[in-house]
Amino acid sequence: MSTITDATLQDPPRLPPEFKQGPLMRRNAAVTEAPWVRWTLTAVALLFLLGFLFLPLIAVFVEALRNGVSAYFAALVEPDALAAIRLTLLTAAITVPLNLVFGVAAAWAITKFEFRGKSLLISLIDLPFSVSPVVAGLIYILIFGAQGWAGPWLMEHGIKVAFAVPGIVLATIFVTFPFIARELIPLMHEQGTEYEQAALSLGASGWQTFWRVTVPNIRWGLLYGVLLCNARAMGEFGAVSVISGHIRGQTNTMPLHVEILYNEYQFSAAFAVASLLALLALVTLGLKAYLEWRHGDELVATRRH
Amino acid sequence: MEIKVRGIHKAFGSFPALGGVDLDIASGELVALLGPSGSGKTTLLRVIAGLEFPDRGAIVFGEEDMAGRPIRERRVGFVFQHYALFKHMTVLDNVAFGLRVRERRERPPEALIRERARELLELVQLGGLDQRYPAQLSGGQRQRVALARALAIEPRVLLLDEPFGALDAKVRKDLRRWLRQLHDKTGVTTIFVTHDQEEALELADRVVVMNRGRIEQVGTTDEVYEQPATPFVFDFLGNTNVLPGEVRGREVYVDGQDTPIVTASLHGSGPVDVYVRPGDLRVTEPGAPGFDAVIRSTQRTGPILRCEAVTASGQAIEIEVPHLHYDTQTLRPQQHVRLRLNQFSVFPRQTRNRDGTLPDVVPNAPAEYRARGRA
Amino acid sequence: MSAIVRSRTRTVIPGFGLTLGYTLLYLSLLVLIPLAGVFVHAAGLGAEGYWHVVSSPRVLAALKLSFGAALAGAAINAVFGPLIAWVFVRYEFPGKRFFDAVIDLPFALPTAVAGIALTALYAGNGWIGQYLEPLGIKVAYTPLGIIIACTFIGLPFVVRTVQPVLQDAEKELEEAAASLGANRWQTVTRVILPTVLPAALTGFALAFARAVGEYGSVIFIAGNLPMVSEIAPLLIIIKLEEFDYAGATAVASAMLILSFALLLVINGLQAWARRRHAHVR
Repeated sequence: MSTITDATLQDPPRLPPEFKQGPLMRRNAAVTEAPWVRWTLTAVALLFLLGFLFLPLIAVFVEALRNGVSAYFAALVEPDALAAIRLTLLTAAITVPLNLVFGVAAAWAITKFEFRGKSLLISLIDLPFSVSPVVAGLIYILIFGAQGWAGPWLMEHGIKVAFAVPGIVLATIFVTFPFIARELIPLMHEQGTEYEQAALSLGASGWQTFWRVTVPNIRWGLLYGVLLCNARAMGEFGAVSVISGHIRGQTNTMPLHVEILYNEYQFSAAFAVASLLALLALVTLGLKAYLEWRHGDELVATRRH
Repeated sequence: MEIKVRGIHKAFGSFPALGGVDLDIASGELVALLGPSGSGKTTLLRVIAGLEFPDRGAIVFGEEDMAGRPIRERRVGFVFQHYALFKHMTVLDNVAFGLRVRERRERPPEALIRERARELLELVQLGGLDQRYPAQLSGGQRQRVALARALAIEPRVLLLDEPFGALDAKVRKDLRRWLRQLHDKTGVTTIFVTHDQEEALELADRVVVMNRGRIEQVGTTDEVYEQPATPFVFDFLGNTNVLPGEVRGREVYVDGQDTPIVTASLHGSGPVDVYVRPGDLRVTEPGAPGFDAVIRSTQRTGPILRCEAVTASGQAIEIEVPHLHYDTQTLRPQQHVRLRLNQFSVFPRQTRNRDGTLPDVVPNAPAEYRARGRA
Repeated sequence: MSAIVRSRTRTVIPGFGLTLGYTLLYLSLLVLIPLAGVFVHAAGLGAEGYWHVVSSPRVLAALKLSFGAALAGAAINAVFGPLIAWVFVRYEFPGKRFFDAVIDLPFALPTAVAGIALTALYAGNGWIGQYLEPLGIKVAYTPLGIIIACTFIGLPFVVRTVQPVLQDAEKELEEAAASLGANRWQTVTRVILPTVLPAALTGFALAFARAVGEYGSVIFIAGNLPMVSEIAPLLIIIKLEEFDYAGATAVASAMLILSFALLLVINGLQAWARRRHAHVR
């Protein structure tokens, strides 16, 4: 019997129905919009995303499977496709570590020391982002191509750079050049030099300080940069297209293979290879979102510009 | 370890952070570097540590000149203002770091390192927290981890940059006392930087008062407080009233009054500034040595009664008395009182009033006082 | 390069010479010297020869198209980008984290994939194209298609520049405006928009810069008809394939100069945004 009185005490006091939400909504109206405005804006934003981002993504997978699952897999295990996958992986495997070392070295020099011309240096590191990928490919042709500066000499010695794997790697390095450095610079700038000073005062050597203190401090930012660098390295099309020579089975990366298949009207095969790249993009986005969510505080600098 | 600082100059661009600093610190001493921000105290500490390199001058540990020796060879325990604890390491790993990075032939075996780290954590009263990460500790605990980490390398000197700056008032007081005890126990030569005079005076054997890249005075708490060498030292160590005065032989006439204060320690003659603390002013009978003032307002703050008053020459001053002192009966607004100076310092008159000191004439001082002050 | 001089004061942190030296070497060898090569080659044409190439109708048309379409795409993003950023910062709705992650898709999706996917959508028999064609709207293989591709790749630039500014903008400002009697529309137009403007402009410029040089996602949908839907980067490739190195470098150097000018504008905008931002705080 006594439970009844308890229940009435514990329940929130009942309000007349007309009071529900009314005052609350009116109070918030000062700094938010009417519900219909909110819904409209949200709908417009999501429709825009749907039309511009989701539909192309879905189209890739639907078109890839248009001729059935077996045709899909046949397109992927075809020798030229496999060669393209191998070359793409190889290119990324060379490019990413090189840019990683560069990114760390550049960020160290820029964030741990004061010197004149620093902001110029930062702008120069960002430069490849504002150069058209086609121009990025062109510049190496001008050096290593048959009519290029180094072309005749390379020809004499039997070294192929343009229209060969080294050229592809060079062009890829160029377009992915700034990714890791620009991820690390704001992060290391924010962390300052106090941790390194502490380690040195405790007797650590320069390398010990770097490996035991600096690297753990920047590991998530480093991973974030590697992730973006890798996505671009595997997916680069314009720069590689100029310098590769499109030799099937030899200098064809995955994006180039997509183009060749597409231009030969093998649409579903083209989309099948493209779907692999789309999957790579999705995995990249997933990992990126996870890093931002889980280690956002150690990427802080990157999230704010 | 005995430390000698000789003729240290250091400039950052065109800003002279240290302009010729000499200092001797005895082995086992606990010394405070005290000064306002920009006074060069932190720079001096960092120069001693080897975190900054002086433009000129020498730093000598014992007999060994440290100039040009990198910090990792100096064996100084440096505690950073914000501790700089390695976030990705446990408390134990932080403390053990300095031992683990030693070269193999000097490095103790791992078991010994852990044991030593645990001992140090016991010493700083953090036993049992060795598997925590810095993020899981309170500010005071982090401070003590940073200390244990610095002590782990058996430093020749322990250097602390604003050790209590990032802590709240209560923790600050406890840690201060505890640090004094720790120092008495370990006996490591210790230098710390602070801008808080109370902290410096309570904790240190000797206080080094710094201003504009120079040392103003070095002395024990009593010395700097009782015999401040410069107006700056007097002013920096507490609330200050500055009154115009004149010295003739052993007599000092305060605020243009005709009854002088006679003291044996004065000599010379001429216009002076009389520096007196609000708590050193007391009511006395009319005509006694001292000066006249009118109370403008009173304010009780806790156990202290604080009065604002105006002297005969129109100078605004502050008086502080304990709230149960019998002077409180006289110290009422509009009361005319005669004040004596329990303790004061006299410095040659400065041509220009520095910021923060009281202006010569208070614009709204009563007309009769202004007239008398000029007479 | 000579501006980078060793003038630092001595510090305890080691590795300055090593890291800066490596940085400068790597940067020079892979970026600066090759880029300089374009200008050296172009200079080989002489002023007259250079002008002859750049002012030929086909090149002019291509440059106009590249810049015009990029401008249009960036303009579309300048409207929808801040709107999307606003919705993601201020409103709650299911799947928000997922949608937020997908905004970066154009960064992550290889451009060739985006290109063929957009073409599949907007071709005359495509998913969307089949409904537009009867209305007389042709998207694929026309400049309109190029604008669509430019919009696609530029979107995240605007959203990601505006988002943090909106996140940092204190609600107090809006509350203050409301307390002073402003209605919601006035608050939005007079308080929020001016706060966001520098970031939105920066995002616009970044999206524009990216779209101007874009190749992969544009090339499939463009149709590549000389004088109509042929973009400047493609023209470079065509000239290369014809072994017209001089012509290719001329077009490339024109594009480089325009992009560098744009870069200066972006830097100026960012400095302005920072000042604005710092001022508010």
